[in-house]
Amino acid sequence: MSQRKTLTFSITDPPYEDARSTTALRLISLAIERGCDVNVFAYEGAVALPFAKQAPHANAVHQRDAAEENHPNPKDWIAAVLADAAQRGRKLDWVNCGLCVDERGVSESIPGTRRGSPADLLKFVEASDNTLVIPTK
Amino acid sequence: MSKKILSIVETAYRGTLEEQDDTVLWLNHVLNGAGAEVSVLLQGNAVNYAVKGQDASGLAFGGRQQTQPPKLDRDVSTLAQKGVSVLFVEDDATERGILLADLVEGVEPIRRAALPRLLAGYDQIFHW
Repeated sequence: MSQRKTLTFSITDPPYEDARSTTALRLISLAIERGCDVNVFAYEGAVALPFAKQAPHANAVHQRDAAEENHPNPKDWIAAVLADAAQRGRKLDWVNCGLCVDERGVSESIPGTRRGSPADLLKFVEASDNTLVIPTK
Repeated sequence: MSKKILSIVETAYRGTLEEQDDTVLWLNHVLNGAGAEVSVLLQGNAVNYAVKGQDASGLAFGGRQQTQPPKLDRDVSTLAQKGVSVLFVEDDATERGILLADLVEGVEPIRRAALPRLLAGYDQIFHW
């Protein structure tokens, strides 16, 4: 049986700006499904992805109220991936760069994520089989 | 033994006025301080980060003035002074009319054709 792999992802895009955040979550989720432990270092705008105060809203154009629209915010996707990792017995360690959090005022992050620093990124890299940076362009 | 990291900076001047620096150069300063064996490659528009004498001062809105504007040439130079290998893609500099004499001390040119060999010498490539 092969040894469990650990992957690190460093992401920088804020929510609702482009498809890279979704791509990152797809990769993170798939890595967990395939038995990897995953570290995430959220840097710059990506620290807003798990911001706890994100809220769904009604959509008049779609003629649906908030419940019918059933629109998961990024924090909800992240919570779901965290829950999936826990259920599978995999580790998902999500670290938000603390200075980036302070600059953006998004300190209220969902449970299962934590505040850290670039030193955590270095620890992740050293302990991982591979690291993927998904930068803002 | 720590992993050798090459950090490729390509997207330039993204949020630098708001941040008062480049977040990726900043990150590499911190990683170096934390003991990482990191090198930096300036590529594409980011080769301009090494051009000395940049002046981003003067930003003001209403009565609020920016007093600590980004100094990217300084941040590149201090990385090199800390012993970090800072390279730039010579072809990208030439295409932009940037001469070696325009650049801060301590940065080293590398031809685009030599990049595969350079990249092969690192354990991790962070392409920002």
